[in-house]
Amino acid sequence: MMSRIGSLCVRLPWMFFAFLAMLSIPWFGSRYDVFLGTQIAIDSLFAVSLNLLVGTTGLVSFGHVAYFGIGAYVCGILMKTYGAPFIVALLAAAMGAAACAAVFGYFCVRLTRIYFAMLTLAFSQIVWAICFKWDDVTGGDQGLPDVPYPDLHWMSAIPAIGELRIDDRFYLVAVVVVALSLAVMRRIIGSPFGRMLTAIRENRERAAFIGVNVRAYELAAFVVAGTFAGIAGALFGIFNRGVFADYVYWPKSAEVMIMVILGGIQYFWGPVAGAATLVLLNQEITSYTEYWPLVLGVILVVLLYAFPGGIVGGIAGLARLVGLNGSRVRA
Amino acid sequence: MVEPSLLFGQFLGGLTTAMFLFLIASGLSLVFGVMRVLNFAHGSFYMLGAYLAWQTVQLLGTTHGFWPAVLAAALGVALLGAVIERTLLRQLYGREELYQLLLTYALVLILGDAAKAAWGTRQLSVSRPPILAGGIELLGTTLPTYNLFVMLLGSAIAVGGWLALTKSSAGRMVRAAALDREMLGALGANVGAIYTGMFVVSSFLAGLSGALVTPIESIVPGMDVEIIVEAFIVVVIGGLGSFWGTFWGSLIYGEVLSFGILVFPSFSIFSVFALMAVILIIRPWGLFGRPIR
Repeated sequence: MMSRIGSLCVRLPWMFFAFLAMLSIPWFGSRYDVFLGTQIAIDSLFAVSLNLLVGTTGLVSFGHVAYFGIGAYVCGILMKTYGAPFIVALLAAAMGAAACAAVFGYFCVRLTRIYFAMLTLAFSQIVWAICFKWDDVTGGDQGLPDVPYPDLHWMSAIPAIGELRIDDRFYLVAVVVVALSLAVMRRIIGSPFGRMLTAIRENRERAAFIGVNVRAYELAAFVVAGTFAGIAGALFGIFNRGVFADYVYWPKSAEVMIMVILGGIQYFWGPVAGAATLVLLNQEITSYTEYWPLVLGVILVVLLYAFPGGIVGGIAGLARLVGLNGSRVRA
Repeated sequence: MVEPSLLFGQFLGGLTTAMFLFLIASGLSLVFGVMRVLNFAHGSFYMLGAYLAWQTVQLLGTTHGFWPAVLAAALGVALLGAVIERTLLRQLYGREELYQLLLTYALVLILGDAAKAAWGTRQLSVSRPPILAGGIELLGTTLPTYNLFVMLLGSAIAVGGWLALTKSSAGRMVRAAALDREMLGALGANVGAIYTGMFVVSSFLAGLSGALVTPIESIVPGMDVEIIVEAFIVVVIGGLGSFWGTFWGSLIYGEVLSFGILVFPSFSIFSVFALMAVILIIRPWGLFGRPIR
């Protein structure tokens, strides 16, 4: 009996319910809830894109923030300086991030493990240096303030959505974009291509031995991850009403890596749980102290020694204890 | 055309940068070569060395304080290294590399904020010790005596380190640990002590270079991240885990940066990045490194 209820529980489309719940926040929640919701949605996308490298492919990138930043700058520059429509800017941001990921990734996948991690970090610092110094285009250390919201007037015609504020409307757009992106990534990871990435993670040599072009697969994963990070960055630039060089600085890479580890790298939804936890925790803790990185570092140390499986790993362990079949939550 | 004395001045400037980088990157490379741990927190150790030196100078006064400050900084950071290796790092040797990376990453966050809490965010500086305050005329440019001292010390440590690694019995043990940890343990050597020792030596070098850099550069939060990225580039160029690779990597980095300023004044750092990219295409394992499986 227990297990039948259990399997029913597991089989329900929980993620669809979660999506509907997220969409309903502007009507039931406060303005602050919408603010937090937007941030969680965007960080979830960013963290899941990183986990495509870390968890699925076994490539530990410490410079993933570069593609987030490139997406933010491309979208911000197009919308602010050239007045481009949102959809064009968003696609351009994704393509810009993908192009950079292809170039940097070409070098990075030639290295493995620690060398790979170092090189990704070095490239992200190059991107940061460019964003910080290239005043004419990126605004240098002043950044790009006042990135406009997309034109969402067409929403006024829709009943119920018509009376929402612009930030609520943008929130809906962000949630839909994030949900679509997550669905695509889920599909990619479940595809034969995604399975091959997992095979490479498990044993690089063996994958190469059966004739897989390991580097090409790794590069493809790198580009896919970079593309979605770029989309997340584009959304974040608009949400934050500006793009600044801080976005590309490496503590941001640390934060997203901690989201991934906190949630659990072995699970597709792990980084989402990690992102939500960290965003809420950040709001809570920064009201007491300015030393957020210190708290982050301590969280990370505790995770490493006490909960290497992260939040979702812990929940899956609990679920197994009470007799549920947790296999479906695995990535 | 550029004056020869200017070129020589740039060369000497590059050499000073190179010697600092060598002192820092050699510790990073040593720990990686022996323990296979890439220590992100190495730059934080360097920053702590600088802050500890400043603190000691504040206590002892500018005239006599500098040399005790250098010693105190190096020893203090070495002690911290010993504690970290014994309590935290040691438990992660059997786990995946990701976890070791993440631990040192967490240390960067913690130590960076701890330094901010202790010393604030203002710029601090230490004046040169009186005995090295002057300069030397050399082929039309003036070389500060302090820079000359750093170059000599860096070279001495390079030669001394190489001799210790190749000629002494402790050095043989270290090289054996780098080659095959388990076999060395099976032969009865105390591998744990060798690892602790290596980490302490590496932390000592980081603290030492942090203290030595204070008369030349001001101490600010963020210097930890800046230096670790530079040290990464050095070891990528020279070959991670290779002693002489680190030496030549530092020299190349320092000189390319120094002469790059003449060509692209505000973008000189890109000449170094370009060099790194080229080396990675031709020899991904660095100029002096060996390919890894």
